[in-house]
This record gives sequence, C-alpha cells and structure tokens, in this order.
Amino acid sequence: MAAKPKTEKEYDDIPGTYVFDADRSRRGYHLNMFCMSLMKAENRKAFKENEAKYIEQRFPELTPEQREAILKRQYNRLLELGGNIYFTAKLGATDGHPFQHLAALMTGSTQQDYADLMLRGGRSVEGNRSRSGASAGKSKPKAKKGKKNRG
Amino acid sequence: MARIIAGVTSSHVPAIGAAIDNHRTSEPYWQRVFEGFERSKEWIAKAKPDVCIVVYNDHASAFSVEMIPTFALGTAAEFPIADEGWGPRPVPVVRGHPELAAHIAQSVILDEFDLTLCNKMEVDHGLTVPLNLMFGSPKEWPCPVIPLAVNVVMYPPPTGNRCYMLGKAIKKAVESYPKDLKVVIFGTGGMSHQISGQRAGLINSKFDHAFLDNLTKNPKKLARMDHLEYMREAGAEGVEMVMWLIMRGALDEQVDEVYRFYTVPASNTAVGHIILENRKKAGKKSATKMKRAAARSKVHRVRS
Repeated sequence: MAAKPKTEKEYDDIPGTYVFDADRSRRGYHLNMFCMSLMKAENRKAFKENEAKYIEQRFPELTPEQREAILKRQYNRLLELGGNIYFTAKLGATDGHPFQHLAALMTGSTQQDYADLMLRGGRSVEGNRSRSGASAGKSKPKAKKGKKNRG
Repeated sequence: MARIIAGVTSSHVPAIGAAIDNHRTSEPYWQRVFEGFERSKEWIAKAKPDVCIVVYNDHASAFSVEMIPTFALGTAAEFPIADEGWGPRPVPVVRGHPELAAHIAQSVILDEFDLTLCNKMEVDHGLTVPLNLMFGSPKEWPCPVIPLAVNVVMYPPPTGNRCYMLGKAIKKAVESYPKDLKVVIFGTGGMSHQISGQRAGLINSKFDHAFLDNLTKNPKKLARMDHLEYMREAGAEGVEMVMWLIMRGALDEQVDEVYRFYTVPASNTAVGHIILENRKKAGKKSATKMKRAAARSKVHRVRS
C-alpha cells in the first residue's frame, strides 16, 4: 500500500503549526543540539552567565537568525528555524519556566489565560483545521495572531 | 508458551510525573487524573504480568537529532532513568528482559520489520509515567519491562498501518517464545494535544472518543488514518497516537474492553486510558465465556 509521493507539504496547510520534518531537522540541527546541551547543570550555568558568549563559542554554526531567536526567546521563530518543541522546551526550563509559560508565549496569551483555556477543554479544532479552508473543517482559519506576535 | 494477555494504553504527560515526584497528587486538579487509574492499578495487580512491553517515545533524552531510529527495541538488562534537565525522576531503574527482547528482535526482523536494537538506553517520562500510573510508586517495578521507542518527534513517524502490523509481528514473536510468560503490552502517549506554535492548546475530545471506540472495535479503520488527519484533528503532537496501534496489533482481533478513562486536561493534553483483554482461548469451559460476558457488561467508563 504505497502512498502517493507527496510533492508539496500538505501539512503546511495546518494553521499555527510548524511540522518538524527532515528539512527542519537538518536546518535546526545545531539549534537543537544547543538545546540538548542545556540538559547538563554546568552548561545551564555557563549559558545563564553569558548567553551570547556561550552560543558563539560552543555553537558557532548557529545562523544569526537562530542566535537572535534564542537570545530573544522567540519560541515560534525557533520552531520556524528548525527547532523542535521537545528541544526548545529545555531552553524554557533553563529559565525556570513551566511549560505553560512557553505555550502562552507561542499562542500570544498570558499564562493564566492559557491555563484557563486548557481548563475549559482546550482550543477547539473548529476553525483551526486549515489555512485554505479546503479540509474537512471547511471553516475559515481563525485570525492568526502569530504573524505579528512572534515569540 | 508466552502469551499477550492484555493491552493498556495511557497518556504519558510529563506533568503527571512531576505531580507524583512533587507529592501533588492529592490536589484537586491532579486527583481528577489519578483517580481514573485506581481501578487500573487493581486490575494489573490481579493480572500480574511477568513482563510488560512498553511502546513509547523518547523526548530528546536518549535520542537527540543525531540519530533518529524509527523503531528502537531495548534489549539491555536494565535501563537507567534519563536526566531530562531537572535530574533523573526518582523512580526505580527499569529492569529489562534481554532474553525475550532478543527473541522478539530476531522474530520481528526476520518478519521484515527492521528494528534498531539498543543494548544501552536511558528511558524518560514517556516510559516511566505510564508505569507509575499503572503500578503506583513502588521501590522496585514489579516486573521486567521491554521498551520499544518509536520516533514520533520527527515527521514522518511510521504509519498507523505499519505500527498495527508491527504489533501483529510482536504477537507472533511472543507466542513463539518457549517459556510460559504472561505479557501485557502498553501503548502510550496522546491523546489529542498540540504543544507547539500558535495552535498550541488544541484538544479534540470528539476525535479522542471515536479513537477509543475504534481502538476496541475497529482498529483497521484507525490503521488507515493518515498523519495529516491526526495532526489536523488531534494536534501536531497528537500524531503520537500511532503508537497505540502497535499495542492493538499485538492483541487478538476480538478483545474485551474492561476499562476506559478520559479527562481533559493534564497540563496541555487530553488524558486517555483503556484496558483491553484478549479473550481466553476456546475450549476452556463455559465459565470463561460467562466471565467474558460479565467483563463486557461492566466496562467502566469514567469521564471527567
């Protein structure tokens, strides 16, 4: 049952979503390895002491865009530049933030509002299925906050 | 002969582990989650598996972006607990079952599933949280565990159909192991959730309930679902539910659902849990039949 070869990335049609595929995995390699380095206490300490120095000395292969997104904690931009959420979450943890803090940043809300949203049953899939409206949902995607409100 | 007696699925939300480790399980928020597993603990204490196979995914702990195996089977005698950035979780080291694992590896690879074998592997919350939910917090885990790590972090994960078929190959492997062992297989992760991007927080309970229904009665339908549908409907990270199909493939076609629990949220995720039992083989007195009918009639469905 071979699937039809996919010539375009259908999943780019899902709004507010950065699918971590092999292309992003390659582009984000050093970015994700930087995040992995934060699993060690001594590295977390060195990073917090001088963030710019840490990433320039230890991860010189990071692109200027990736470096900026790390220093400014632009979490959506990090995903766009090849970061994976399970890795970038380690950056948030290094700052001492619970995961919902990151989720709030990525969704452009406050942590309290995000926590309340989850308690109410989470974000509805209605209106959030597709950018084009071509999928089963048919409804138009909700206004995307992300473009203006990155990070 | 070894046999798989039952399958268990459970979410493996890291915050559940943190709630256990920080003694917060009696807070109302967490009580709602843990209460749903009380009956499950009783069930597994009675079932007394000799070995558990736990299908889970690693979260940038044992595997980074250097190597990304699609299916990695743990063949070691023990699996240390990974430091996920806050020190290793204070849970017992996971003991393996190297003989059965080697047997499964050999059988499954010759059945054309090209597994990666790990003689050294740390395990993270993806594996330990479901063990806590089912066994509580004992000093030692009550039985050996064979970890099967599935890549669901980098797209594409294996298809649902591939997972379902791998489950069938695992069933065949276990049933050809000469020693008498009772095996329970866990499928972990899910249910609907998205933790990345502007769409983070997505939950789709309708999808989840249908998934649970089909898992019991019509897994072949689920095996045909493509990744796009999982990601669209159940969130970018919800695609990890393909792992549940390995568990389901390893069971008989007809199973008895003996327990189900569903609640929203645990942190950012819909928590889903189901216990499916293989029916006893025919020819074993009618008492078995009655027991089976009784089991079906009293499926406990808990929803909060």
